[in-house]
Amino acid sequence: MKESERTPDHVHSDAFLAKLMRDQLKLSVACALCFAVALVALPLLNYWQPELMARRVGGFTLTWLILGVLFFPFVWVISYVFIRRSIALEEAEAKAARDGSRA
Amino acid sequence: MHPVLAMTVDPWIAALALLTVAVTVAMGFWSAGKSKSAGDFFVAGRSVSVGWNASAISGEYLSAASFMGVAGMVMLNGYDALWYPVCYACGYLFLLLFIAGPLRRFGAYTIPDFAEGRYDSPLFRKIAVCFVLFIGFFYTMPQMKGAGTTLAYIFPGLPYWAGVVVVGAVITLNVSLGGMKGITLVQAFQYWLKMFAIALPVFVLASVVGHYHEHLGANAAAGSPAVPAAAERKALPAKAPKDEQWIAPFGSLTTKAVDSAIKSAPSPEAKAELEAARRPYSLLYTYSLIIALVCGTAGLPHILVRFYTNPDGVAAKRTTMWVMILIGVFYVFPPVYGVLGRSLTPELYEAVGSKGTDKVVLELPTLLAGKDHPLLGSVLSGITCAGAFAAFMSTFSGLLVSMTGALAHDIYGRILRPQSTPEQRLKAFKWSAVLIGGLAIALGTQVEKPNINFLVGQAFAIAAASYFPLLFMSVWWRGMTMKGAASGMLGGGLAALAAITLTTLSDVYSVQSLADFWVAHPLLRILCEQPAIWAVPLSIGLMIVVSKATAAEVPADVRMKMLVLHAPESLGLKQEYIKEHEGLGH
Repeated sequence: MKESERTPDHVHSDAFLAKLMRDQLKLSVACALCFAVALVALPLLNYWQPELMARRVGGFTLTWLILGVLFFPFVWVISYVFIRRSIALEEAEAKAARDGSRA
Repeated sequence: MHPVLAMTVDPWIAALALLTVAVTVAMGFWSAGKSKSAGDFFVAGRSVSVGWNASAISGEYLSAASFMGVAGMVMLNGYDALWYPVCYACGYLFLLLFIAGPLRRFGAYTIPDFAEGRYDSPLFRKIAVCFVLFIGFFYTMPQMKGAGTTLAYIFPGLPYWAGVVVVGAVITLNVSLGGMKGITLVQAFQYWLKMFAIALPVFVLASVVGHYHEHLGANAAAGSPAVPAAAERKALPAKAPKDEQWIAPFGSLTTKAVDSAIKSAPSPEAKAELEAARRPYSLLYTYSLIIALVCGTAGLPHILVRFYTNPDGVAAKRTTMWVMILIGVFYVFPPVYGVLGRSLTPELYEAVGSKGTDKVVLELPTLLAGKDHPLLGSVLSGITCAGAFAAFMSTFSGLLVSMTGALAHDIYGRILRPQSTPEQRLKAFKWSAVLIGGLAIALGTQVEKPNINFLVGQAFAIAAASYFPLLFMSVWWRGMTMKGAASGMLGGGLAALAAITLTTLSDVYSVQSLADFWVAHPLLRILCEQPAIWAVPLSIGLMIVVSKATAAEVPADVRMKMLVLHAPESLGLKQEYIKEHEGLGH
């Protein structure tokens, strides 16, 4: 089994896996929360603050402008941040795994 | 040509639509020569670049529901319908955050491959295959419906079924010749065609008849009157929703059930009670719709399979980012048609089904003819027709590839004839495409009545309650067992299906006793029409409970599986896992 010799032992430890999943989940959940807060908040604002949300911005009502136009760029920002961080996280994990094998 | 047809067919519209079909077929044939191995057919050799793949996923995703249905729904229901495009686009974020990367690292051709690989269970593979086919057929029906109605628009007098048969046959031929690789190219081309076809007419129209915000401003909102001197608008017919209801949240879409209950309330007290419940119920409806659309996007099998066509996990993530941008830009436009349509073609409110608001995208550009631009009107209407063609053709091809893959790769290659040669499997792929295409055409001819978005909503709600919990929990929870996964997927999916079928029975087939029941119980009606708010937690709950009860059956090498799902690909764990696994299994 040459292949498994190449991967350091500690990669196969429970601690390594737990840390891996915890870090990734933390990042995903943090990004998902930003998104979920917006999805939950907009209907609630429509519900409790109908006058505010019906205020005109250009010809749009405020709530139409948010949902029909501004929501898309907002999601792009979240995904851009997530992708940058997640690629960085993967690089750090790979480095940690290799460094660990030398130690 | 039939004399009546010849008189009413606009040559520009027909020519541009035919050109779309011709280019699609030609690209299919051209790439057929390039698809050689079974890998090419199933996942395009896993070597499609990020740009191509993102365009192709977007092309596949923007279906007839997005192209025609969203505009029609916004015109019909106003603000509440905006949740559709927003959640169609934002569901991708969920996919990106929780599912895309791990799934790609695990490295399997299809979702059934993942189901079997994660739980070491050939039985579970069979269950998953059935679900791929099942959800797929639900999603092909609205595409077929789009094909039938668009062809009937271009050739007035052509029966609905003829459109379904012609378009279905062309795509089936294309898929069986070119497989996935051909389709990737065609899908990518079709994304850009759709983008062009939805955007260009909007800009031209807006410059002639007035802009998006002006037409929206012409609608009075509660506490905020219409903007004076906004764009011109025609008088609304009696059937059209009132301005305040249309532009504000919690309009007719979400209050339909309560409103019909109020109409037949037995006493003034009951009526007052229902009036009070109206807004909370529509809030509930809105949340359930959001859950269905967001989780449903993350669970649609024909989209998921494309993650395997990325060369690595980083590319898979970048692809999702681009998909989100591409479809996000697209989805800004269909509501514009809905808003302009409300001002300028209100006569569509009077018709129903394919003759109603669903065709506003096709109809609106022809208005330019009345503004002294007859040629421009025809050309632009031809362009939106071409876009509609691209929409249902590309989504249907994608579904066909995914379903054919399930049939050829899983049922033939794994279950019926595991010893078959690659040549035999390739042949099986082609014949499976013909078989599934034929079945989809047959089903498509049966759905002339229900509207496009309603049918798509069914597929999303079922996917949200079955595939999404399966993928999410399998990727992030080590304690899942095969029994837990299967019971959650089947329990949630079938419960959602049953609830939706109940509403279909009363709406489409007019079962009177059910209709009476809904009037008496509007809350139940909302929960059955939009089941995601209880079906998704039900599915996840079942997974947790059953997995805990069968904790002894957690796969022995779950730690290794989780490592493959989550460890960076540069560590090379996947090859190691597959070798070890093969050593154990054979």
